[in-house]
Amino acid sequence: MRRNQVAVVGAAETTDLGIIPNMSQLQLHADAALNAIADAGLKLSDIDGFATAVETPQQVCHYLGIKPTWVDGTSVGGCSFMLHVRHAAAAIEAGLCKTVLITHAESGKSMIGKLPRSIPADSLQGQFEAPYGVYGPPSMFPIPVLRFMKTYGITHEQLASVAVVQREWAAKNPRAMMKEPITVADVLNSRMIAYPFRLLQCCLVTDGGGALILTSADRARDFPRKPVYIMGTGESVETSMVSQMETFNSSRAFKTAGPLAFKEAGIAHKDVDHLMIYDAFAHLPLFGLGDLGFMPHEETGKFIADGNTRPGGKLPLNTNGGGLSYMHSGMYGMYALQESVRQMRGIAPAQVRGARISVCHGVGGMFAASGTIVFTNER
Amino acid sequence: MAEPQRARPKPTPETQHFWDGTKAGELRLQRCDACAHVYFPPRPFCPSCASRKVSMFKASGKGFLYSYVINHRPAAPGFTPPYAIAVVELAEGPRMMSNIIDCPQTPEALELDMKLEVAFEALDDKITLPVFRPAKR
Repeated sequence: MRRNQVAVVGAAETTDLGIIPNMSQLQLHADAALNAIADAGLKLSDIDGFATAVETPQQVCHYLGIKPTWVDGTSVGGCSFMLHVRHAAAAIEAGLCKTVLITHAESGKSMIGKLPRSIPADSLQGQFEAPYGVYGPPSMFPIPVLRFMKTYGITHEQLASVAVVQREWAAKNPRAMMKEPITVADVLNSRMIAYPFRLLQCCLVTDGGGALILTSADRARDFPRKPVYIMGTGESVETSMVSQMETFNSSRAFKTAGPLAFKEAGIAHKDVDHLMIYDAFAHLPLFGLGDLGFMPHEETGKFIADGNTRPGGKLPLNTNGGGLSYMHSGMYGMYALQESVRQMRGIAPAQVRGARISVCHGVGGMFAASGTIVFTNER
Repeated sequence: MAEPQRARPKPTPETQHFWDGTKAGELRLQRCDACAHVYFPPRPFCPSCASRKVSMFKASGKGFLYSYVINHRPAAPGFTPPYAIAVVELAEGPRMMSNIIDCPQTPEALELDMKLEVAFEALDDKITLPVFRPAKR
């Protein structure tokens, strides 16, 4: 794909984030979509392309009253929206549609109108993982951590510092769920969830949603907001069974999607002003920094513990507070994208001054999938 | 009301031989006749070279502890926390999720790379799960 040919011209989250007991999951989609359409200064009838995950495109399109000529229901977990951005950019460039709306919403906490997630007993996961006591992401996602720590000499304190640094960012963000400062000791004394991870190393569980609107870069100049260009994109999948990853020392999906996006954007790591790495759990930023090639994996724990990713640090990372402190409705990728767009527009609560290039890296499932988007505000 | 039960696997045509094996006290893997790749979970073709000529064989049942978590909460139905959910690397190469028995479920007792051997735990008259215990010297 050619760089900077497609732009984000509308971006918004749901009116409220956190606990939203007065909206179903489907209405959260609509709330986010209507906010993004207003942000772009468009009418519903202007939307001719649509993408969403978990809920079907037909469900959300009919509820909103959208009549699309292009749809994408790619649903590979929390990074589905990164893949939607990549697919939408290609579709717009190919002339399949002009204006794409991407929505995410999840009633993750209140569970209103939320589709059940279950593992069929005759699926591969149902036969070869579920019988051993896996029960939700906290029991599965951290399974690679102990191997990763042993291979690279990462310490428990370094993994705790991920949560501490992200809380510093969250403190600057009025919409963040958790803003109270915490220490490494607080993290290491919080309730044990699944050793080696404790409560403060696991993502929040909240309600919310978000939506993006993309169109061609040529049209983007006529919109009310500063366009944010899609500079590079990458995607991949590996396995829906965490036990079957090629190795626990890295993520094959990360190592495929990330470099693809950097190559397409034509950038080097030193060009990155702002970085989002989907942090459902505290180890993900370490995997991400290593697999995206910012540094050898051995250095990732020390890099974060030394304060390089905190406010004022040389590589601002997860500047909304992340899934650990901002919000996490279940598929957090959309919120990472929203923060990258805010940073590129120059309107983030914890704005990185002069930021021109933002990399937004997502994970789906338990290292099952990955999507990476490079944004820029210069064409 | 009945006690909540541990999740029970339901075999498919492609995995039946594996579950027949555990019931007979064997851990069965598959090897590609064309490229010799050994793989898991079961399927009637080689995921490395796509050959449909594959053979089942009895694995040694030996392996080592590749990684794990000790799950505290929430606990899966039929499990009493804390309990370890482990990934074992088999001597033949593939890895599989399992539980570690005859061993305290603590970070001190569960050392990465410790040698393990397979054991079999019957859930009912149809399904027997492969689990692992520290290997005898």
